[in-house]
Amino acid sequence: MTDATVNIPTAAFRPGTSDAEIEAAAAKAAAHRRHTVTFWRLGILVVFLALWEIAGRMAWIDPFFYAMPSSIAGRLYEWITEGTSEGPLWYHLYVTMEESVLGFVTGSVAGIIIGVALGRNRMAADIFSIYIKVINSIPRVVLAPIFIMILGLGLASKVALAFVMVFFVVFHNAFQGVREADRAMIANARILGASDWQLTRSVIVPSAMSWIFASLHVSFGFAIIGAIVGEFVGSRYGIGLLINIAKGSFDAAGMYAAIVIVMVVALGAEYLMTIVESRLAKWRPQPLHETQ
Amino acid sequence: MAVEKTAPAIELINVSRRFLSPTGKSLTAIRDFTMTVERGEFVAVVGPTGCGKSTTLNLVTGLASPSAGEVRVMGAPVKGIDPRIGFVFQTDALFPWRTVIENVMAGPLFRGKPKAQAQASARDWLARVGLARFEQHYPHQLSGGMRKRVALAQTFINGPEILLMDEPFSALDVQTRVLMHEELLRLWSEAKASVVFVTHDLEEAIALADKVYVLTAGPATVKSVYTIDLPRPRIVADIRYEQRFIDYSRTIWADLKEEVETSYARAAA
Repeated sequence: MTDATVNIPTAAFRPGTSDAEIEAAAAKAAAHRRHTVTFWRLGILVVFLALWEIAGRMAWIDPFFYAMPSSIAGRLYEWITEGTSEGPLWYHLYVTMEESVLGFVTGSVAGIIIGVALGRNRMAADIFSIYIKVINSIPRVVLAPIFIMILGLGLASKVALAFVMVFFVVFHNAFQGVREADRAMIANARILGASDWQLTRSVIVPSAMSWIFASLHVSFGFAIIGAIVGEFVGSRYGIGLLINIAKGSFDAAGMYAAIVIVMVVALGAEYLMTIVESRLAKWRPQPLHETQ
Repeated sequence: MAVEKTAPAIELINVSRRFLSPTGKSLTAIRDFTMTVERGEFVAVVGPTGCGKSTTLNLVTGLASPSAGEVRVMGAPVKGIDPRIGFVFQTDALFPWRTVIENVMAGPLFRGKPKAQAQASARDWLARVGLARFEQHYPHQLSGGMRKRVALAQTFINGPEILLMDEPFSALDVQTRVLMHEELLRLWSEAKASVVFVTHDLEEAIALADKVYVLTAGPATVKSVYTIDLPRPRIVADIRYEQRFIDYSRTIWADLKEEVETSYARAAA
């Protein structure tokens, strides 16, 4: 996925070199570049963790507040093998994931449907745009206490919060994607005989898909934020609850351990999304170096 | 129904089309425009850039309606998009997320044909435009000329009785363009459709058409009509060296030149 501008040694191009030699030189240069990138990526991580550990042990920073990589790893190990004080770690993770995924799916489906519908109907868009702007201006997290008051401590309130986090992002992109659909392509479809519904389904939505996908990438992260903030405010299970309990008992390592878990999950989701997207977008031109 | 049979394919009778610019100013694209296209006739429309040539085509498709005058297709006034019309666009209007064959199948599927039938017919048309081997490619994997062939197959598969073309080959290089002209004339002679071909390239117009309409600088109206009496089938690559072609070219250019100069002077002012 790197946009490698491979630096082939200019010597490779001197008169008399064969194509095979040039290609070999290019392959070598590309491999060298990949190794350099990997080396520095790992190197920076190792240095960062080592400095953190040393700073904690030498008491340059107070481990009571900042913990240390070793104690975070220890806490993670303990949670994984023995479970947390509130029950097994996996159950908390499962609850948070369930809330996030439900909020993500409902939020993005609703965002796509309403975004496409308003994108196709200029009158409705003009009427509702003011309300959407107003609601969108509310910082979503302030809704958490309201949802918990109305929907209780269980699943529903967290899903609702994840939903509103996701909905607006996806809605905006779907709406914009529909508006950007190529006019010649739309005219073409209509003259070829597409009805309004066929036009929406087989021209408008696919052409808005790259916009929609861009929003889905970020919005799973938003769904997790929604779920965790909901758990902070009031819940019986979930990663947010673990963070809250760790905070209450001044357990810095526990807080960081919970963050690491969320980080891993979010990265995994992002990775899955990229795979799905490249499956769906196989019609798109690939950058030249990737096809080689 | 007897009337419909003998009526010309397309009639524009004293048509005007005005529209609002994005800043709210009223503009006139075409004015008192009268044109008749007989069945099976190939008409080319030439005029200076931006004079409103494309507007005439949009009026025939029903994508735009006239502010005054009347547009008739096969003897009946235009109401909405007519299924007997096919349109080839200047820009790339293929669906980039569909393979070549799925693009060609789009028309029949939109019109409710069963999938197997649409597929068989799409195969047939791809073979006719010489793209049988590229069924499963995506448009971005093809050259500009090949994409135009797909666009032609996509249009011809619906069996249009009227074919509207809006500078379809203007983005192609000269050699490819000549090949596409041959291709188009071949498809047209098989399909017996009536064609309106909008272009700014006079030689292209003379090489292809039975009649050439010269438009004035905008607002467009018909300045003059020339009947091109060159024998068919024509070999587009060679016809441009024939004396009669050159004569036509010289006469019509003298006429068109004034309008081009007017248009140019206006743009510069």
